[in-house]
Amino acid sequence: MDYEIIGITVLWTFLYGYLIVASIDFGAGFFSYYSSITGKHHIINKVIDRYLSPVWEVTNVFLVFFFIGIVGFFPSTAYYYGTALLIPGSIAIILLAIRGSYYAFHNYGAKGKSFYQFLYGATGLLIPASLSVVLTISEGGFIILQGEQVFLDYYALFTNFYSWAVVLLAIVSVLYISACFLTFYAKKAKDEKAFHVLRGYALFWSFPTILASVLVFFALSQHNPVHFANMLDIAWMFSLSFLFFLGAVYLIWKKKRLGLAFIFVMLQFATAFFGYGASHLPYLLYPYLTIYDGFTNEAMAIALIVAFIAGFFLLIPSLYLLMRLFLFDSQYAQGKK
Amino acid sequence: MFEYDPVIYSRILTGLTLGFHVIFATIGVGIPLMIALAEWIGIKRNDEHYRLLARRWARGFVITVAIGVVTGTAIGLQLSLLWPSFMQVAGHAISLPMFMETFAFFFEAIFLGIYLYTWDRFKKKIYHFLLLIPVVIGAAASGFFISTVNAFMNAPTGFEIVDGFVANINPLAAMFNPATPTKVAHVLSSAYLTSAFILAAIAAIALLRGENHVYHKKALNLTMTVAAVFAIATALIGDLSGKYLAEYQPEKLAAAEWHFETSTEAPLILGGVLREDNQVEYALEIPYALSILAHGSPGAEVIGLEEFPEEDLPPLIVHYFFDAMVGIGMYLAVVSIVYVLMSRKRSWNELNKPLLWAIFAGGPLAMIAIEMGWFFTEIGRQPWILVGYMRTAEGATTANHVDIMLYLFIALYTILAVTCITVLRKMFKSNPVEKELKDRGME
Repeated sequence: MDYEIIGITVLWTFLYGYLIVASIDFGAGFFSYYSSITGKHHIINKVIDRYLSPVWEVTNVFLVFFFIGIVGFFPSTAYYYGTALLIPGSIAIILLAIRGSYYAFHNYGAKGKSFYQFLYGATGLLIPASLSVVLTISEGGFIILQGEQVFLDYYALFTNFYSWAVVLLAIVSVLYISACFLTFYAKKAKDEKAFHVLRGYALFWSFPTILASVLVFFALSQHNPVHFANMLDIAWMFSLSFLFFLGAVYLIWKKKRLGLAFIFVMLQFATAFFGYGASHLPYLLYPYLTIYDGFTNEAMAIALIVAFIAGFFLLIPSLYLLMRLFLFDSQYAQGKK
Repeated sequence: MFEYDPVIYSRILTGLTLGFHVIFATIGVGIPLMIALAEWIGIKRNDEHYRLLARRWARGFVITVAIGVVTGTAIGLQLSLLWPSFMQVAGHAISLPMFMETFAFFFEAIFLGIYLYTWDRFKKKIYHFLLLIPVVIGAAASGFFISTVNAFMNAPTGFEIVDGFVANINPLAAMFNPATPTKVAHVLSSAYLTSAFILAAIAAIALLRGENHVYHKKALNLTMTVAAVFAIATALIGDLSGKYLAEYQPEKLAAAEWHFETSTEAPLILGGVLREDNQVEYALEIPYALSILAHGSPGAEVIGLEEFPEEDLPPLIVHYFFDAMVGIGMYLAVVSIVYVLMSRKRSWNELNKPLLWAIFAGGPLAMIAIEMGWFFTEIGRQPWILVGYMRTAEGATTANHVDIMLYLFIALYTILAVTCITVLRKMFKSNPVEKELKDRGME
């Protein structure tokens, strides 16, 4: 396999990892705040806090990994995306900074400050929206090249149907993924009341999620017909995704095998996300940049892949330990440790 | 303010983010070691005071980690947003250490999360302590990897330029460039020194307020001992850094010392004011000292600024940054060594008020020295972003609105700083040591 393909696959996998863990995190922040203004906070906040507190830092690393990695493997992305994304990128940084720090302030420092909670709850929904801009502009049509200069066409971006469809999908899927996970976790914690509330959220958000997905398909077929045609070639991945969705919703509806239900949710997004990514290739930024013309030199590619494999052997056992101690330890989840 | 120039604004914004981040990054590297030492002593001596020390330090540490994480994320992204052309070129050579830094950070993040949530969870106390070892290693490794990136910018090696493109790259040679050993050693050692002094300042102010508990005395003793060790180490490494500069970046050393003419038996200049024709006034001159600093012998020749073309010279203001850094470093060394010596002798009272005040002042001063040191090293390599290869102006973004982003980030960092201080103060005021000792049944 080409180094280019290995590189982008590694990065895409990390982005997928971020999509899952960050969705759980962002959605949880929102639900935590939402439940506190609707008076259900005492029911579900325990479950949310016990899961989130030990892992919030880890979530952030997935994102850092992706954006450091992409500049490493494909230095030219820094030039195009870096110049074009100054404003949306800076806004995303500020939102991430407010969210991350106020999460810590709220949870470790001044417990019960509802303003801190509002900040980290609200930013949780804005971050996916601001980050999804990157995926939108990768489809082409929003970046203007004038000689050496790179501009982002904000008017085109804000008046585009496709870009809004992506934002919508990002927000609703965050809430859906998060609710599905927390439903599973509440069951694990044997917290029937929280389970009941969270299951309601999961079922509620499943419907808009699938609607938004269809909307994005439709919008993309208008915006970038080439990419859409590539997606049709691997339509089986998206059909599989839909089947996983049905499986997950069914299990949550029936209150059965919730661990499996969440695995289905992960597979639903994995198939859709990798299907989307694979059909986007070879473009990193349509039509200016492909994975071949923006690639780093061979020596660095090998060094990065070696570093990646070595790091992987360090991370997997560590992540396993983290999950053993907090996620799959029912004593901990139930608050007995 | 002045005419919109993305280069100037990019420089200010990068400097602001790094200047803010380095406060939390320094603490992030240094404090885990202090927590580990306290917990280890606590377990070994079966002394609950030390374990409580570790616990309370860790609690405050989380708040600073949060800001360190978010500002670190910010600078990681800003590198590409503000310096896209630089990253496009340098990315070919430096992405390995940057990539590995995130691994180190990942490793640290996982174990810090576990550590913080497993107090009293293990039957054997030592298991909990062991969780800190990956945190200490991960923190030091992050510092190591990211310092190699900065070292590379100061001493680019491990590649060639062929037809304007980077070619024949050797990632390891780029990482282990000539600047790496002194830079990494100085960064780590000064981070441990600063963190020890900051924790010592907390203990000192408690004692000055008359909280006469043995807990604070133990805290002071531990932190000052560590500080003395790393103050000596930092001074020695600083001397090596001076010799490195004399050999590889003589213009930076010459600018720091206002050393204009190449000469032997060069004096070291402290303070002073620079007149228009490069005459130095009101300065304290130490004969031969610069020759000793640069080459280890009083008669050695030191290259002066006259040897370099005007457009390659760094701003001469770096002299003050250099003096401030070295001056504070000396102060910290004297204070910590005096404390340690006094505490060895029974008849001397190491807890006298002047010394406690001096220790208290050492905390913020140490952090100022860190800032001054970075100001010196970063401004001292201007006008280059990649010394000898790429001018700073060539690496900057051409995008509009960097100025607005600058104001946004000033607002962000102000808010973060204010909330951080408020939260930390509240955290420790509402739960003083005496109360916690009682609550935990230790009194």
